[in-house]
Amino acid sequence: MQNNKNLSHAGTETLKKNNLRAFVSPWLYRVLLWLTPLLFLIAYFFLPLSKILILAFNISALTKTNFQLILTTLSFTFYQAALSTALTFILGFPSAILFSRFNFRGKSLLRALTAMPFMLPTVVVASSFNALFGDHGLFSSSLIPHPSSFSLILSAHVFYNTTIVIRIVGNALSRLDPKLEQSARSLGADTFQVWKDITLPLLRPSLLAAALLVFMFDFTSFGVILLLGGSNFSTLEVEIYLRVLKLPNLPLAALLSIVQLVFTLIFSILYTRTISQVTTQTAPRFSTSRLPKSFKEKIFVASFCLLLSVFFLLPLLSLPVRSLTRLEADRGQRGEVQYGFTTDYYRELFINRRGSLFYVPPIQAAVNSLGYASLTVILSLALGYPAAYALAKPTRLEKILDPLIMLPLGASAVMLGLGFIISFGRSLAWPWFVPIAHSLVALPFVIRTLQPALASIPERLRQAASTLGASPFRVWQTVDFPILSRATLSAATFAFTVSLGEFGATLLLTRPEYPTIPIAIQRFLSQPGGLNFGQAMAMATLLMLLTTLAILIIEKLRLPNSGEF
Amino acid sequence: MLEIQNIFKTYNDKLLLRGISFSISQGETICLLGASGSGKSTLLRMIAGLEFPESGHILFNQVDLAQTPPHVRDFGLVFQDYGLFPHLNIFDNVAFGLKMRNVSTEKINACVTEMLELVNLQGFEKRKVTDLSGGEQQRVALARALAPQPRLLMFDEPLGALDKSLKEDLLDQLRAILHETQIPAIYVTHDQDEAFAIADRILLLHDGEIIRDGTPVEVWKNPNSVYAARMLGMGNVIEGEVKRINASRKGRRMNVKTDVGIFDVESKHHYDKGEKVSLLLKQSGEVEIKLKVEDVLFNRNQFQVKLRGGLVIHLKDAPEVGQIIRVKVQVECLT
Repeated sequence: MQNNKNLSHAGTETLKKNNLRAFVSPWLYRVLLWLTPLLFLIAYFFLPLSKILILAFNISALTKTNFQLILTTLSFTFYQAALSTALTFILGFPSAILFSRFNFRGKSLLRALTAMPFMLPTVVVASSFNALFGDHGLFSSSLIPHPSSFSLILSAHVFYNTTIVIRIVGNALSRLDPKLEQSARSLGADTFQVWKDITLPLLRPSLLAAALLVFMFDFTSFGVILLLGGSNFSTLEVEIYLRVLKLPNLPLAALLSIVQLVFTLIFSILYTRTISQVTTQTAPRFSTSRLPKSFKEKIFVASFCLLLSVFFLLPLLSLPVRSLTRLEADRGQRGEVQYGFTTDYYRELFINRRGSLFYVPPIQAAVNSLGYASLTVILSLALGYPAAYALAKPTRLEKILDPLIMLPLGASAVMLGLGFIISFGRSLAWPWFVPIAHSLVALPFVIRTLQPALASIPERLRQAASTLGASPFRVWQTVDFPILSRATLSAATFAFTVSLGEFGATLLLTRPEYPTIPIAIQRFLSQPGGLNFGQAMAMATLLMLLTTLAILIIEKLRLPNSGEF
Repeated sequence: MLEIQNIFKTYNDKLLLRGISFSISQGETICLLGASGSGKSTLLRMIAGLEFPESGHILFNQVDLAQTPPHVRDFGLVFQDYGLFPHLNIFDNVAFGLKMRNVSTEKINACVTEMLELVNLQGFEKRKVTDLSGGEQQRVALARALAPQPRLLMFDEPLGALDKSLKEDLLDQLRAILHETQIPAIYVTHDQDEAFAIADRILLLHDGEIIRDGTPVEVWKNPNSVYAARMLGMGNVIEGEVKRINASRKGRRMNVKTDVGIFDVESKHHYDKGEKVSLLLKQSGEVEIKLKVEDVLFNRNQFQVKLRGGLVIHLKDAPEVGQIIRVKVQVECLT
């Protein structure tokens, strides 16, 4: 009897021990997973952010002149963003109707064309518009009235963001149950009344979501405004840059970036709320698009296809064309412009001229960019992998960490640069900071690419493999790896592209002797002379080709239904 | 009232409807019965003006509707998944058609109340569409279609998504409402029970053509074709071969050999010896056959008995599997 009792006691004891091990080891595993990404974020994001906060609320920053400057900058930022958003809708809304309601030849190609600018670096887009209408642009002759910088900025914003409207509103439109409109028609509503009383009210959440997202991008736009408008047009983002590098006033820059952060956070919260209403709407059942039938429909489809092709192709084509075109008047002979084919601008990139903008041949910028991009890939994958593993099956606590990891998305690139400068000192500017900043920008994308792939692997597959005798490594090799390899390559390409095109943070952090491609383009553009302009075009063309290649790779690797934006 | 003349329509390069013609008179409810994908819904949408036939005419009171846009046709349309406007409450859904006709507010209020009473949903005005059950939503859809007092009502599988008992309830209500309002109606379904419950006339649609047009009693008594018999759920259609033709003063008769025996049936057309024909066997008749029981299944208040040769009959008492039983049937030639 006594013996028996002892035995049962011993039994519960071992049970407890096993429980403890089962409890502790996954907990430790989780901590280890989070350790590096969180430490990285704390050191390079939250710490600089807190430094900015401290500096911004310093007495020296809170002066009346500062407030006045912030107010004027803020109102211009709102004004240009609102105007850009409105213009984006004027082009985007009919395009959304075009893509969701009609079938026509070359539809997917045209759609891809409209989506293309969104993936391109800002410097490429800005250079494209410069190539077309800039001072040395293809249409810079006196025959055509010179478009103002402001209208160039607005058209570049429309060029960038039309795809957002097409995607969000177009998807909502094609998900709309056609029976609702048919019911309304049979109840006596004419086409106009159907739009007014049925379609538009039902599209409201997606229209609002698209507007918010477009507005947010226009609000924080930096490269386009700086490169197309110069310092004449000061948005919050441009003003932060100016107050760091041109008219140094770090407390003011910090205050400006806090103002901007607050607004972007408000916009992202509003956006998250509205987009959640969009997704809960009726699911697609069948395709609602068809060939245009009536005369009016045919006119609409034809004219918008033409308009979109011209609007999107012209800047994209003008960049490589301009980079190969000699377009300089001889000295003192203004107006007598000689057009001609030339590869000079490319050849010049390999020459280290005395008195040029760099101490190295300009092509060195491409080498630097590739190096930074490779480091960014390694760093962001190393940080993104553990976080994505943890977030693939998050516990309740980890669900709170998820938005924290995404927070760098809300901070602008220029603000990241400012944070680094305040925290680590400009004198310490160490080439390592560039890939670190790029990794901060790329990390949310990397995690968002890896996490759904990881979550899509059914646990049962792993269990089946291990019951069939596979060791943990063999399980990873045979189950996880084949699915992850695509996602990994896709995430890596994403990080690579982000790094290649990153402009704002790099502009603040890079050392003069280590320029990247975007920085080189900016320097060429900010200098007078046709040769500098031509070299900017050549550099931008190279960057465009590299990025396009990366986009194609990502598109090929994209997992179906891996979400958008 | 409504006249459909020789409608042709292709869909995805396939001829969907070929030469559909029929007409409806005041107060009549006709039912278009056909398998899914047979073009019934397309036909309805063409009558509503939401699609267009390649050839043929749709006339209402002798007026060709080809140039009439849907919103002035004054035809009500009710869908299977209701098509209620999710952003409007029940009142605004029912009032929609009246508002489009610029009816005064007092009249709209009175009419909506009346319509909701008619479909037994009084007091539901302020509710949201999403708060209602499927049956309630369908009644709102009916009230919405009825409110502007359309010249014609069309139902596209209106009860397809509802369960059986709810379906029967709603069918009763619908029949009463249609009878009371005297609005001519076209009811499209693939469910023969619904068709028999609601229709004054049944039109069977098969392969783009109307293969049978008649009152429920006529159609049930004389399906006239294998497809019709199958579509009406008359399960016992068997293949046979003409063995002998007996022409007499009473009419033409023939002997048909099948898997379950040789039958003497009336022949409606001329058949040659050796030709394949289809026979319809209905339970309870004069001809006695003996067959082995293969399977017995209890189905509601009777037993469903499967016999050799694929014949299915219904009995009050369960026979043993393997037993040979005698069944009295009535045999008709379908082809």
